[in-house]
Amino acid sequence: MMSKVRKFVIFVEETRREMGQDIDPPTRKAAALAVIENPCTGKFVQDLEPLMQIGEELGGLLGEKAVAALGITPAQAQSYGKAAIVGSDGELEHAAAILHPRLGKPLRQAVEKGAALVPSAKKMGGAGTAIDVPLGHKDAAYVRSHFDAMEVRVPDAPRPGEIVVAVAVTDSGRPLPRVGGLTHDQAEGKDGLR
Amino acid sequence: MQVVVRKFWSVLEEIRHEGGPPPATPRCVGALAAVIANPFAGRYVAEISPFMETLKPLGLDMAARLIAMFGGGNGVPRAAIDGFGKGAIVGTAGELEHGALWHVPGGYAMRELLGNAKAIVPSTKKVAEAGGRIDIPITHINAAYVRSHFDALEVHVPDAPAADEMVLILVMAAGPRVHARVGGLQASEITGEDGLR
Repeated sequence: MMSKVRKFVIFVEETRREMGQDIDPPTRKAAALAVIENPCTGKFVQDLEPLMQIGEELGGLLGEKAVAALGITPAQAQSYGKAAIVGSDGELEHAAAILHPRLGKPLRQAVEKGAALVPSAKKMGGAGTAIDVPLGHKDAAYVRSHFDAMEVRVPDAPRPGEIVVAVAVTDSGRPLPRVGGLTHDQAEGKDGLR
Repeated sequence: MQVVVRKFWSVLEEIRHEGGPPPATPRCVGALAAVIANPFAGRYVAEISPFMETLKPLGLDMAARLIAMFGGGNGVPRAAIDGFGKGAIVGTAGELEHGALWHVPGGYAMRELLGNAKAIVPSTKKVAEAGGRIDIPITHINAAYVRSHFDALEVHVPDAPAADEMVLILVMAAGPRVHARVGGLQASEITGEDGLR
């Protein structure tokens, strides 16, 4: 394994009621996180290839873990997102190297299809820093009912030489969507937008 | 009076190492939290204890879900789960005593489903705003003095508890602290009859 993982952390949120209304079936979100060693700490590293390889490995691994945590088939995934928190001995660009060049392709295999852009967030932070992983519909970015986010944090990570990498997957949109716009059922999912 | 669940929130950590030699089997620690309506919020209610009975099915359901989470996520069998803890966060329109309602239904459910575990289930409780964090203590399920298993898991649900809610939490763990090495009673040495050693 390319990534040096200290721990994996899996979150699942299942919403049964919202503002006094029953949510049936419940909406569910999962986030799979890996706390990894940052191979590029302490000095400026021009070539971030090692981090890109880690991103490729974690895109599939974390995507599969999130889908498994929801107990669904890959095709049942509806929205997704990704994020990274870099410890203080690293650089914000390290998060970009993990998230953007190669993480998406294996993640899309884990959720089957995934025509839409994977929304993302990144930051530097100390242990216990929370990050809101943005969520968007996996096949049609304009599906309004699925714009959302999932807050995650790992109390003991990232340490200064670590990076927290997060992938979030849902089987649903917001609990009570009612602001119009494109819906899951209307989406064609061909161009990644509508 | 019934239990109204707004949401479940779970976390499962698989700990490979913490700077030292990775053990053959990673340590797993998990929590399941139920966000429920606090039926006693906003006023002083003298007689609250019958709600403990009402909460028993939720306790059993949550303990079973947590065991399933270990098995499903990481292939950890029930027999490998050897640590537990519990806790509650009461929203600000409630009272600390409401959190104490979780002791019996939460504790007994875990002990029952973990093979009639002998040790007391350690716990914490507090009143807090939504997103409040709580450290749930963890000890060995059959012998409270097992030093390698003293630990805690920090839990928080970003949007709970609302003022009129409670967050009820169960925690289980499989294995000792990942690099436990400060002596004391070992899990392999216990007799596990009095719940202490």
